Amino acid sequence: MRGRAVLAAVALAALGLPWVTPAYHVLLMLPFMAYAVVLLGLNLLFGHAGLVSFGHALFIGIGAYTGAFLTTHTPVRSLEVILVGAAVLGAAAAALVGALCVRYVKIYFGMLTLAFGMLFYTFLLKFYRLTGGDEGMRVLRPSLLGQSLDAMPKTEYLAGPYYYYSLAVLALATLVMWRIVHSPFGLCLRTTRDNPAKAEALGLGVTRYRWYAFVISGVYAAVGGALLGPPTGNVDPTLAYWTQSGNIVFMTLLGGFASFFGPVLGAFVFIFLQDTVMSVVVYWRLIFGALLAVIVIFAPGGLMGLFGRNRPVEVSRT
Amino acid sequence: MILEARNVTKFYGSFRALAGVSLGVEESECVSIIGPNGAGKSTLINVLTGALRPTSGSVRFKGRDVRGIGPVALARLGMARSFQLVHIFPDLTVLETLQAAVVSRLRRGTRLFSALARDREVQEGALEVADLFRLADKRHAVARQLSQGDKKLLDVASAFALRPEIILLDEPTSGVSTADKTTIMEILVTASRRIGLRAIIQVEHDMDIAFGYSDRIIALHEGKVLADGPPARIRADRHVVDTVIGRTRASGTTTAPHPGPLATGERG
Repeated sequence: MRGRAVLAAVALAALGLPWVTPAYHVLLMLPFMAYAVVLLGLNLLFGHAGLVSFGHALFIGIGAYTGAFLTTHTPVRSLEVILVGAAVLGAAAAALVGALCVRYVKIYFGMLTLAFGMLFYTFLLKFYRLTGGDEGMRVLRPSLLGQSLDAMPKTEYLAGPYYYYSLAVLALATLVMWRIVHSPFGLCLRTTRDNPAKAEALGLGVTRYRWYAFVISGVYAAVGGALLGPPTGNVDPTLAYWTQSGNIVFMTLLGGFASFFGPVLGAFVFIFLQDTVMSVVVYWRLIFGALLAVIVIFAPGGLMGLFGRNRPVEVSRT
Repeated sequence: MILEARNVTKFYGSFRALAGVSLGVEESECVSIIGPNGAGKSTLINVLTGALRPTSGSVRFKGRDVRGIGPVALARLGMARSFQLVHIFPDLTVLETLQAAVVSRLRRGTRLFSALARDREVQEGALEVADLFRLADKRHAVARQLSQGDKKLLDVASAFALRPEIILLDEPTSGVSTADKTTIMEILVTASRRIGLRAIIQVEHDMDIAFGYSDRIIALHEGKVLADGPPARIRADRHVVDTVIGRTRASGTTTAPHPGPLATGERG
């Protein structure tokens, strides 16, 4: 009951935000919402399957570049088409990469995903005729629900229609992920995290469940990636760099991977904290590094863990 | 014959863990495998459950070659197992653990968008097994917080929730108190009859349990079958007594015998 009340309050606040806060903060919500979509998917893999990917920026990159490619090289301007295209390409890439990665666990899984992520980053960097190299590609302003909004001033477009569009995508992504984690599939996935040998003895194919989770998380990352492009109007290879993969793992830890909304909270705090810290000191990464250490040591359940509303988290000290 | 192993040999490198083991399990039989440490009992169970591929020999379940086909395929064929060391899902509740087994049995594990909480067949199936194993009042407890005896019960209960035709229990009473052992076995007998198990194979170190709850005993020693027969005959076999059981333990059991625990079973 309390959870629903909090959720309703957050939803109301999000809906009313553009009327009560300056555009600057509304614009900061855009990357937050995009990353929140990414993290909902990443946490299916991290929190529910127990697999930590250090290469999910690959799928963010696929989503972001799908939008850039479609708007600059084809007549497509519809954000719906871009999101569907990103989801399909993200699924295809995740199906391929996942098939090779999910046979491994722990550090081997992490390193393999990192390797594929870096391969894609290098591809974006070196195939400059197609990708624009380190300069990246432009993302032309997409139409929303068939409405071309080219005449609208950029800030007005982003803080108005684009904000609500992103919010709707996040709400839909949240709803779908909620159904997934509370489905028979979600339960089976958690058995593969807790005890793979036991799961197999119960007839649950561990590799298959991990692969499904990987593909779903790839789709979420690509959709989130596609939402990242329009606010800046440009995408570049840093979106697919390993630090980006590290950032989203950090956001997940910050919010708490054991909780459904933990990663979303993590994305929110990360984006706004980064903005605040960056405006004060140049060495924001130093601050964030220290913060990460504090969380891992003193609050392994992340911010949501502090509220005590998720399952206990065990941190291996070996 | 529901399960049959013929001339099974298993090498680990140059070490021979099993040397030409042959055994068969008939309908409605409860068979106990006994033997000292290192006799090859766990290797045999792993070969029979498809987790290990034998170096040579055949393993047939319901007439089908199941050598090394893996636990997932075997579970789907109707064979379930529990482990010597307790295997649970530490962060899942008792009910979730049993639900996972029922979901697997109903092949609903790839349903992405249906609400588990509203799946009555899964909920009722899990509750039924929880009741059967006297875990209903602990159904919302997280598995890691259960007592050792309850963890063992949950491990076995989840295998039963698959409603298998045959179950292989690797020391179902190990690590629990003497008082709990009988309780566990009584629950197992009741549950086996209720779900209509066709056969049980158990590895057992406790001779009271092995002799009290089996139709047949297979004694293993150094990877070979030393003797195979009804409990009374095994107890009378001087060679088995000297090698596997020990004279003190062979003089009698404290547990009342339950010959043919599956004999009255009806598949339900």
